[in-house]
Amino acid sequence: MSTVKEDRIVLEMQHISKQFPNVLANEDVSIQLKEGEIISLLGENGAGKSTLMNVLYGLYRPSAGKIILNDEEVEFSSPKDAIEKGLGMVHQHFMLVDNLSVTENIILGSEPGKAGIIDYKSARKEVAELSEKYHLEVEPDAIIESLSVGLQQRVEILKALYRKARILILDEPTAVLTPHEVDQLFLVIKKLRDSGVSMIIITHKLEEVKAISDRVYILRRGKCEGLRNTKDVTKEDLANLMVGREVVLTVHKEKKEVTGDSIFNLENVIVKNEKGINALDGLSLNVRPGEIVGIAGVDGNGQTELAEVLMGLCKLESGRIYYKGEDISELTTKQRRNKSISNVPADRHRFGLILPMTISENMVLGFHDEKPYVHGINLALDVIHNYSEKMVKDFDIRTPGVDIPAGNLSGGNQQKVILAREFSRNPDFLLVAQPTRGLDVGAIEYIHSQILKMRDRNVGILLISLELEEIFSLSDRILVLYEGKIVKEFVPEETTDKEVGFYMTGGKKE
Amino acid sequence: MEAFFAIFNTDLLVATIRLSTPITLAAVGATICEKSGIVNIAMEGMMIMGAFFAVIIAYYTGNPWLGLVGGVAAGGIFSLVHAVATVTFHLDHVVSGAVLNILSFGIVRYLMVLFFGHPGTTDPIPVGLGGYQFAIPGLSKIPVLGPMFFNQTPIIYMSFILIVGALFFLKKTKVGLHLRAAGEHPLALETIGVSVYKMRYLGVVISGLFSGLAGAYLSIENAVSFTEGMSNGRGFIALAAMISGGWTALGSFAAALFFGFADAFQIRMQIFKVLPIPAEIFIIFPYIATVIAVAGLVKKSRPPRADGIDFMIEREDG
Ligand SMILES: Nc1ncnc2c1ncn2[C@@H]1O[C@H](COP(=O)(O)OP(=O)(O)O)[C@@H](O)[C@H]1O
Ligand SMILES: [Mg+2]
Repeated sequence: MSTVKEDRIVLEMQHISKQFPNVLANEDVSIQLKEGEIISLLGENGAGKSTLMNVLYGLYRPSAGKIILNDEEVEFSSPKDAIEKGLGMVHQHFMLVDNLSVTENIILGSEPGKAGIIDYKSARKEVAELSEKYHLEVEPDAIIESLSVGLQQRVEILKALYRKARILILDEPTAVLTPHEVDQLFLVIKKLRDSGVSMIIITHKLEEVKAISDRVYILRRGKCEGLRNTKDVTKEDLANLMVGREVVLTVHKEKKEVTGDSIFNLENVIVKNEKGINALDGLSLNVRPGEIVGIAGVDGNGQTELAEVLMGLCKLESGRIYYKGEDISELTTKQRRNKSISNVPADRHRFGLILPMTISENMVLGFHDEKPYVHGINLALDVIHNYSEKMVKDFDIRTPGVDIPAGNLSGGNQQKVILAREFSRNPDFLLVAQPTRGLDVGAIEYIHSQILKMRDRNVGILLISLELEEIFSLSDRILVLYEGKIVKEFVPEETTDKEVGFYMTGGKKE
Repeated sequence: MEAFFAIFNTDLLVATIRLSTPITLAAVGATICEKSGIVNIAMEGMMIMGAFFAVIIAYYTGNPWLGLVGGVAAGGIFSLVHAVATVTFHLDHVVSGAVLNILSFGIVRYLMVLFFGHPGTTDPIPVGLGGYQFAIPGLSKIPVLGPMFFNQTPIIYMSFILIVGALFFLKKTKVGLHLRAAGEHPLALETIGVSVYKMRYLGVVISGLFSGLAGAYLSIENAVSFTEGMSNGRGFIALAAMISGGWTALGSFAAALFFGFADAFQIRMQIFKVLPIPAEIFIIFPYIATVIAVAGLVKKSRPPRADGIDFMIEREDG
């Protein structure tokens, strides 16, 4: 499989440091890339992987260190310089203008045409030729908004190839893809490698490192923790290097019999989105006490609306919602929460926390008007303070104190504040959406174990997650959500991620 | 019936064009500005600067054409303040715009006293551009459309050309595409090597030039002197036209025509007194039309996605 010719080094970053106003994101990092090679950069969230690559791409200027490209020292003052030297980058968050066409996005900044006027005809032709040459089929006139994430990524890759990239950086390319799309991407990557493109792939997924790259650099807290040949390294070694301590890779889930009537039921629920289309289209499901029901699906198939309608945050067009046999369809959010329904929202910054408010204020948010947190019309600040300190201890929240703004905590600790607030209310039903998005392995491990603890306390849990791995490791039952309907039910032990992925993308078989 | 034809005739449409021209110019300029991602509520202030300096230059040189250049330049230079504040210093766009509007009143009053010894109205310029009305042979003979579009004064003709130019710029040119990208997804533009800051400066300054021309129209084409308050909220009506026009050049033009029509109509209702109600009531008509248009259309239109959102590559908060 290896087509590394001689071991000519095409790119070298030497002793790179990058200081942001408040963070030292990279410290003395050195990496080498050989011709026709694929290397990966492995590290937890916030390890500085994207920063390092953005330095290479000319978006950030390094605070120290140098870049050597084809035996020549280079200094990039903007991505324009990097592009001219044959670098291309597909960013973690796509750099595509939603309301422009595929062609416009690909040619942006390097448009063909004379006198400042775009020659759309030859642009379209060039794009079509390029996509044919690399077998990256996309419709040149399609508007980006209307494309799936997998296709959007194709456009991003074409964008780099259009600029004749010889070194391609892919920042977490698989984060948003379904298992099938990941396979396709890997094929594309190999094809590109065979045509002589060298690649740097950022990831925090261990299997991918093994599947795709020749060598791997491990980054932790901005520093390079090591370089390994992927052939001779185990997943456990990589995980330990990445986190800096021993980690448990898979959560231990006791198999258990779920009996009893369901605690939460949705019957034929229809919800419209702002465009007036049915985002939930006659959805029914049930959750029994002591089980975790995982909702698997590609983003945008009704996840947001499902979470909102459960908590009474959007209008129910038709259908009914029952909790413990009682119809709660018409109840307000507050009334639902008071019936021991708890909720960990998907977007912790916008809905889970009020970032500028302190940890203790956030800790009682929503219950701050109830005893024992009020005395008459005043907040019982001492009670709230003590309660928060206890929670900080119980949930292992790393913070210098409870009176600092929640926004100052790391993502993992912010999520723990939400868990502390929601879990300590002793709920009977728990809605958990995207509980570990953007968190590092250590925090994920902790949050998963807490969710399983709730399950063992006989709480009924509905888990909505875009991470298939998470769905598999936590759920007792998996429901596949596609275009606002549950299209399939699985038991995790009796299926594979491929099969679930197939239904997630609208596949059907009889 | 007679009263009906006294109001609804070709004159009404000709007046519509005349009254809508400054709104059109300011609104189309603002559209380009907001497409680059900078919110602009300072058209009123830029228009005032344009109107005033057009008169100053025309007055001292005796040449209204130089006055026109001066007015346009004044709008452009004044708009640079907005660009520097919002793009370079990352100030809130609405705050900066509000400051510019207030600043323009102060600057103009100060300079009036300095140059003419009193606030209020300046001395008249020797000749205004209104005197350069010319009919395009042939075309101006077409019924209705002829008088509307082909027998007008210079800045009105320029506004027609500029609308077409703006459309072409946004749709067909490289820079136009870059400018639109800056307002939709600035980082996407920056990562392919085009400076977002440059595009946003360009957007703001284009809007300044257009508003400056709108101001010059008011003072040296539609009149021959500058009067404080002569812009009379047209900058804000241009804002409304841009919004109800859905942040598109053509939409802004259509909305501006509608507001111009409302104004022309209300003037006629006052003069001809066809309805048995006090004529003064009609003064409010264009403003109510504005409110209704904005309230009715604003929900359907979508501003550029990154409009009003600051762009900074290396943030303080991480
Ligand atoms: N543009 C920026 N401005 C300031 N700080 C940043 C910026 N980008 C990233 N950081 C900070 O640098 C650190 C590393 O981030 P990043 O490189 O994105 O990590 P990774 O890609 O490994 O998850 C983080 O602490 C992050 O908050
Ligand atoms: Mg990253």
